[in-house]
Amino acid sequence: MYSEFSKGIFKENPIFIILLGLCPTLAVSTQVVNALGMGAGVIFVLLGSEIFVSLLKDFIPERIRIPSFIVIIASFVTIVDLVMQAYAPSLSRNLGVFVQLIVVNCIILGRAEAFASKRKLGESLLDALGMGVGFTLGLLLISAIREILGSGTITLFAVGSFDGVVRIPGLSSQPARVLALAPGALLVIGFLKALFNWLEMRRETREAWVAAPPLVATGAAAADGSLPATEGGA
Amino acid sequence: MSYIGIIITFVFINNFILTQFLGLCPFIGVSRKTDSAIGMGFAVIFVMSMASLATWAVYRLILVPLNIEYLQTISFILIIAALVQLVEMVIMKISPPLYKALGIYLPLITTNCAVLGIALIAVRSDYNALESFVAGIAAGVGFLLAIVVMSTIRERLDREWVPKPFRGVPIAFITAGLMALAFMAFDKALLKNLLG
Repeated sequence: MYSEFSKGIFKENPIFIILLGLCPTLAVSTQVVNALGMGAGVIFVLLGSEIFVSLLKDFIPERIRIPSFIVIIASFVTIVDLVMQAYAPSLSRNLGVFVQLIVVNCIILGRAEAFASKRKLGESLLDALGMGVGFTLGLLLISAIREILGSGTITLFAVGSFDGVVRIPGLSSQPARVLALAPGALLVIGFLKALFNWLEMRRETREAWVAAPPLVATGAAAADGSLPATEGGA
Repeated sequence: MSYIGIIITFVFINNFILTQFLGLCPFIGVSRKTDSAIGMGFAVIFVMSMASLATWAVYRLILVPLNIEYLQTISFILIIAALVQLVEMVIMKISPPLYKALGIYLPLITTNCAVLGIALIAVRSDYNALESFVAGIAAGVGFLLAIVVMSTIRERLDREWVPKPFRGVPIAFITAGLMALAFMAFDKALLKNLLG
């Protein structure tokens, strides 16, 4: 059961591994607080729609399932949009049109179609939580990199006398501003994706080596105990 | 805002892909070959102009008079989905060659956030019917421009040596980032200089 939850965070992380839901990811990743707000919205919509799709799967005719899923998703997006406008107006202004655009976020329709419409309620619930948390973490990582390097700050929620903005000494006076602008988002996700590819390649080479150590390398490696050099690391 | 202003804004200054990140999935997914990029681009122009007009009509003539603007998201996405189906059927009937060229891209467009994006942005900007239509076409042209430039760069990139972890999607994103950097030359000041 636990694996249904954890796969969304690491192995099938929607942002880095299967590259879904990129539009909102990049557009709102200028500040950490936006990432948190967007993540919360997506988790709620994912949970709501996966629960409903899973419960209604026996009643929705096969041929009109996609439009039905879209209506369910759009209803939850409307709830998020209205709640955010009422209780977090500044966040709602920051995210702008991207709250409503959660509707076309391919993660949600993708999970409804590929998972919730075939599985039991409990599994769908864990899947939604895992995917939602994985999405939020990915978004947080991107926005943290962009905000710290691009503005030298970390913007969180304002509490009491704390205005919600952490300034990083040295960086906030001379930040690499390009990262906070539109091109920065594309560059950051490109480099992050390459990093994850490299880690994956390293793991694969290492596993292949452990499973079947190449004859020539065995003696040398055993002698000095070093790990095999990998293609990506070389 | 004048029509020329709207066109310049949506093609260059607020280019949907490079500054707003709308329609990024097809941008990365369908930009491997120039032919398919052109096909996708024209399909998007077509659907976006239709969708912005249709959603304008539904918003102004149905949702506002009945005071149910909160149904915006649900109604717009259904209009777009229905419209894409309709466009597909009409093209299939009228022009089979065009259908053959655009056919495979049309279903993909329903989940293209650029289409819902232009509908929502046109409503938020209080455009009239013609302005929405022009904005739809202009945003589509901006998409076409970006995806065609991207596909020609990627065709060249295929012949270059790229470090292994960067091959495919990562280098495509970095290329797009550099393109976006170039597009930053187009800003509000340009519009002011051009139109006075």
